[in-house]
Amino acid sequence: MGPLGLLLALAMHLAVCTRPHRDYCVLGAGPAGLQMAALLQRAGRDYEVFERESAPGSFFTRYPRHRKLISINKRHTGKANAEFNLRHDWNSLLSDDPRLLFRHYSKAYFPDASDMVHYLGDFAKCLGLRVLYNTNITHVTLDKDPQAWNGHYFILTDQNGQAYQCSVLLVATGLSVPKLVDFPGSEHVEGYESVSVDPEDFVGQNVLILGRGNSAFETAENILGVTNFVHMLSRSRVRLSWATHYVGDVRAINNGLLDTYQLKSLDGLLESDLEYLALVKDSKGKLHITLKFLLEENNSSQSADSIPLPQDENDNFAMRVAYDRVIRCLGWKFDFSIFNQSLRLSSGTEFSKKYPLIRASYESKGSRGLFILGTASHSVDYRKSAGGFIHGFRYTVRAVHRLLEHRHHGIAWPSTEHPITQLTSSIIRRVNEASGLYQMFSVLADIILLKENATAFEYLEEFPMQMLAQLETLTGRTARHGLFVINMEYGKNFSGPEKDVFYYDRSVAHIEDAWRSNFLHPVIYFYRHLPTEQDMRFRPAQWPLPRPVAVHHIVEDFLTDWTAPVGHILPLRRFLENCLDTDLRSFYAESCFLFTLTRQRLPPFCQQGYLKMQGVSSTKSLRQHGVESRLLQDYTTMEDSNLWLGDQPSAPGPLTQSLDSNKEEL
Amino acid sequence: MMSSDFVVFRAGVALVLMCSFYKSTEDPLPELSPQQYFSTLQPGKASLAYFCQVGSLSNSLFLEELKEAIRPLQDYGISVSKVNCVKEEASRYCGKEEALMKAYLFRGNILLREFPTDTLFDVNAIVAHVLFALLFNEVKYVTTLEDLHSIENSLKGKANMIFSYVEAIGTPEHRAVMEAAFVYGTSYQFALTTEFALLENIGSENIDRAHLYFFHCKVVLDLTEHCRTTQMEQPLTTLNIHVFVKTMKAPLLTEVAEDPQQVSTIHLQLGLPLVFIISQQATYEADRRTAEWVAWRLLGKAGVLLLSRDSVDMDIPQHANVAFRRAEKEVPVEFLVLNDVDLIVSYVENNMYIEEIQEDEDGVQKGPDLAIQDDEVAETVYRDRKRPLPLELTVELTQETFNSTVTTSDSLVLFYATWHAVSMAFLQSYIDVAIKLKGTSTILLTRINCADWSDVCSKQNVTAFPAVKLYKEGESPVSYEGMLGTKDLLKFVQLNRISCPVNIASIQEAEKYLCGELYKDLLSFTSVSVLGLFSPAMTSAKEHFREVGKQLRGSVITGVYSEDDVWILSNKYAAPLPAMLLARPREGRIESVPLATAPVQEMVQILANAPLEAFPEITVENLPAYLRLQRPLLILFSDGSINPQYRNTTLALVRQKQLDSFTPCWLNLKNTPVGRGILKAYFGHLPPLPQLLLVNLHSGGQVYAFPSAQSITEQNLILWLKKLEAGLENPITILSDQEWKPPLPAFDFLSMMDAPTSQAPTKKVEECMKEAEGQETAEQPQGGKSATRRLPTEMLRIKHWNRSNWPKEAAEEPSQLHREL
Repeated sequence: MGPLGLLLALAMHLAVCTRPHRDYCVLGAGPAGLQMAALLQRAGRDYEVFERESAPGSFFTRYPRHRKLISINKRHTGKANAEFNLRHDWNSLLSDDPRLLFRHYSKAYFPDASDMVHYLGDFAKCLGLRVLYNTNITHVTLDKDPQAWNGHYFILTDQNGQAYQCSVLLVATGLSVPKLVDFPGSEHVEGYESVSVDPEDFVGQNVLILGRGNSAFETAENILGVTNFVHMLSRSRVRLSWATHYVGDVRAINNGLLDTYQLKSLDGLLESDLEYLALVKDSKGKLHITLKFLLEENNSSQSADSIPLPQDENDNFAMRVAYDRVIRCLGWKFDFSIFNQSLRLSSGTEFSKKYPLIRASYESKGSRGLFILGTASHSVDYRKSAGGFIHGFRYTVRAVHRLLEHRHHGIAWPSTEHPITQLTSSIIRRVNEASGLYQMFSVLADIILLKENATAFEYLEEFPMQMLAQLETLTGRTARHGLFVINMEYGKNFSGPEKDVFYYDRSVAHIEDAWRSNFLHPVIYFYRHLPTEQDMRFRPAQWPLPRPVAVHHIVEDFLTDWTAPVGHILPLRRFLENCLDTDLRSFYAESCFLFTLTRQRLPPFCQQGYLKMQGVSSTKSLRQHGVESRLLQDYTTMEDSNLWLGDQPSAPGPLTQSLDSNKEEL
Repeated sequence: MMSSDFVVFRAGVALVLMCSFYKSTEDPLPELSPQQYFSTLQPGKASLAYFCQVGSLSNSLFLEELKEAIRPLQDYGISVSKVNCVKEEASRYCGKEEALMKAYLFRGNILLREFPTDTLFDVNAIVAHVLFALLFNEVKYVTTLEDLHSIENSLKGKANMIFSYVEAIGTPEHRAVMEAAFVYGTSYQFALTTEFALLENIGSENIDRAHLYFFHCKVVLDLTEHCRTTQMEQPLTTLNIHVFVKTMKAPLLTEVAEDPQQVSTIHLQLGLPLVFIISQQATYEADRRTAEWVAWRLLGKAGVLLLSRDSVDMDIPQHANVAFRRAEKEVPVEFLVLNDVDLIVSYVENNMYIEEIQEDEDGVQKGPDLAIQDDEVAETVYRDRKRPLPLELTVELTQETFNSTVTTSDSLVLFYATWHAVSMAFLQSYIDVAIKLKGTSTILLTRINCADWSDVCSKQNVTAFPAVKLYKEGESPVSYEGMLGTKDLLKFVQLNRISCPVNIASIQEAEKYLCGELYKDLLSFTSVSVLGLFSPAMTSAKEHFREVGKQLRGSVITGVYSEDDVWILSNKYAAPLPAMLLARPREGRIESVPLATAPVQEMVQILANAPLEAFPEITVENLPAYLRLQRPLLILFSDGSINPQYRNTTLALVRQKQLDSFTPCWLNLKNTPVGRGILKAYFGHLPPLPQLLLVNLHSGGQVYAFPSAQSITEQNLILWLKKLEAGLENPITILSDQEWKPPLPAFDFLSMMDAPTSQAPTKKVEECMKEAEGQETAEQPQGGKSATRRLPTEMLRIKHWNRSNWPKEAAEEPSQLHREL
């Protein structure tokens, strides 16, 4: 190493010393970045958000192109419960401030995208979140350091060459790179991100749209009334969200084209792999569909009019008509380009290529301390749950924050501890109001950890259920004495693009058939021991969790109101009782009094209530009902003389006599 | 009693049959020519032959069923063959075209019956029809009530009858009855009907597919009397009928004089429990009658025995009148006090959870109805849901009004949830308090529904319902921790009207405080007034005491006197400072407790025990407070007020410190009627009152009764207690130490899901899938293309959750599950 090298090293060392340090760096001030910032802020952590634009939510300043958000803004549910109402508010972020609810920002059921921009701006401002705007992080790399929380620091460099050092990197950059097509003639294709949104520009045109997602349908919807026809081409069949129960599939609000297709109004849907296609522009500027291999066969002549077309061979080829425009609406993918190879941030498998590969804890598989949040984290539940959307990832972000609080600050996963007598009602309360469970069904689950002898339990909310095997290390709670997992599930064979979700008899009404419920309903798994990683990996196909010791389904409910005493609560109690091998009924003080004086043991309700001088008194009216139902006895009218067989004329001899005489002998 | 070797032998046949029943029968169906067939017929032997044209394929289904019937029919000595009609050997049985479809039953070479093949629709029908034809004399087919009565009359004094109803001839139930008739046909007269109306006539309710009755006619000597009948309650299967008949055959009542654990009867072998009625010489006749009555009621469900207490050399709890022994070997005999026949019968019926005889073929198991509410609070609240409560007496809070309300006025807040039964039961008491306080209280009674405002509730740290908190201006909220009832809550509200502790300003005031004059209106709520005495310099001791006062606010009233002249009180009550005085104004008693070293927790304990009386009347509300002393209760049950003499006796003994190891108390049945239930549990009946008992709740659970012949005097009582201590007295009963198990099983959804056909509703979907054009293989990892049959209805029925089995199953079955999925 020459003196020059030494100087360079010295300069670099200086740079290291001057780069500001943050415990937490958040990339992107979109909904997920702001959600994480809000949680870090509330916890008093050292953090910074980096945003390349000058305001939060820049994605929404441009997209969706036609400005209508398809996340619902349901302002009235008939209920006051704020947590429950979040089940039907798909746009708000989580905060303690009730003013920061999206319903105060738009009255529209499908709100305008600029309202979202406005909302996110207010969210950042009102909570005083620390966001560095106009800071475009162009490069992220690792700097190994045994002192660092994770054995390395993340070094972020912005467009001005300014570096920042972070202990934990939280990437919430969303999916920002439009997915392109690459086939001969693809240069003639317009992109969703730039195509005109003025229907006037499409009057009397033949339009072909590539793609079959919401952006494709949204584009079609806009021009349906003015074009000659709209054809839509994609590799896979259309997936309707009301059949798949996945909000990322085509929503009914966008499906005008399906209507006109099926009602023979010239518009249409076609399936083909885009890789085989080619596009040829003729002299009049019209676009013709042909196949790649036909082009390759005679690659000599490039004159458009002489290129062989499929209809030359097959004169009823579907796309033989010439198009005026071809529009690509194929969605977006994650921007991997800024991440140095040392971060080992790779893309997911075949079906989630557009997403970075992460664990169910949202931590990158490549580098510890690197978490992916928000839309880009959707590989965990792609096409299953709502983790790619605000109403889902606001909860997964919170889960990540809870993991971090434990990992770096020794704050165990928040939990509440209750006596076992509260078990049934704790579950009933959550399944009836919890929004995180409802939105992130089969991804986040509530966990009940039993205490020794099952006399008490701890309740943990919204844990990433695929990480169940690591629960103890991730949460700082112990699970030695068995656990319940509370999940929400659709029926196992109910969802899918080809499923008939309106079939007759689809709803289950009888509690003994609850396991066949189709609509989203609570499912409770019981384990005597925490499942191991092995158990998790080799769980039965289509099961979200390994085989439990016992499982309970609370029967689906049309109103999603699981508080019916006999239909919902009673079967749940029986399930819990049989898992714990105890009696979880509640008793009035008078019954407990009787048990106390006539038995050596008491049911948990009397043990934990009555004996601690917190018994439940009955009132006159309740007592009367109790006597009528034969669950309570009216002791005031109890016969003085015992009627041993008194009403059986054939056997008059009362045994009481014998007992009495017995006593006299003593 | 009848017991011929023959019957036993034939029963054996039936059992063998059961074992071979489910094996797949691979026996080949002999194919013979008519000539061959008739040459093989042996005189007296029955054979079933199906005549058909060679090469005819139309009947392959029937042939399959016929093949299945070979093995069962062979067990009854009936051979089965297929006879091929060849042209050269014309037989009249080969007949014309339509007659090709017939099977014939021969005994020797005599034709008994011919069956069109459509009557023999499956193996059950084949066996049923063949046996029905062969047992023509043993099984009388009846269609009218008169037929039945004439058979019944003819049997009186001679033999018993087994009468059954089946939905149709050829059903599995019919087959089961015929198989039973084959075995028992010589011992009992069988009668059979398919007439629904006949069954209604004999008074059956809930008529299902099949019924079977045992008519006890042999014992009937008076011809005008009807035969007593016993209905079989299990589903009609061969095995169940066998068990049922066996129990009918067993003696109705057996007298034993040995350890119940050692007794063995046929019932145990059949998996039925035994009930011992415990008798003694003096009441033998009455006990025997009782036992007989029980035996009739439990016939077919349990064996009933009369156990003589006097001749058994073992400890039978004094008041036990029934012993119950389950069929399982390892379970010990339970001794019970069950005071009428209905109780015994229902006890047995509820405790028959033995391994139920598994009937794979038709697993009809009637479990308890799991959907019947057995939670008294949930059920009573539900039944009361339509009665309007005067809720307007309390202020309903919301997110908007909560903070402003609790900060501007002293408020009591009930946190409840409308779906939570215990909350709603307590809401009624809460409203009662509001009614009682109407217009008098300075404390605002409010409530908040946490089902609506869960945020507000969790912000107030309320995560379990119901909860009550008192919010007073400038103080942190106080949680109510007393009984969820009107009385205690009212006390809490009233005692919280004064600050806690109260600062006493002068000696005069202190004296008024101690004698109860200062807070006269609170006297009815608390029996103790506590006064802390401190010299002005004792700041830390004072602080501790204030802390204790705060902790106990709402249950005791506390005051502090800390002026310069505090020594006057200190001298007067011989209480060296710091000290506290416990004043019981009602008893006119003041005692002093030094505070020098007591830590806060200990002081709390002392004060919490302060209201305990020397000889209290035990009530539902105060029992737990006395139980904390962990001493046996010396309790006098009295119908109404207590005899003052007894009170004096007890108090005298208390003063002499003779009763220090007991909690002497009494119970007024007029105030605490549930005491009757307790007495009944102890004695099995209501004993004459008053009744003095010693209840050892904390160790052993023995209950001793003071001899009612003696009068309760100091000497007698001490003597009796000494005898108890020396172990010279027998307890009248020992309280059960049974664990509280789940009252009923739960739905076993896991095994329902395991059933291979559990995907019934997807059938339609799979049809659609064939048309699906997409290539979304990843979305359908399992394909789900395996042939799915319609879900058999059994699967939907409630199955017992066999607790002892399920964890084991869980361990064994995952691999299977993989396969199925």
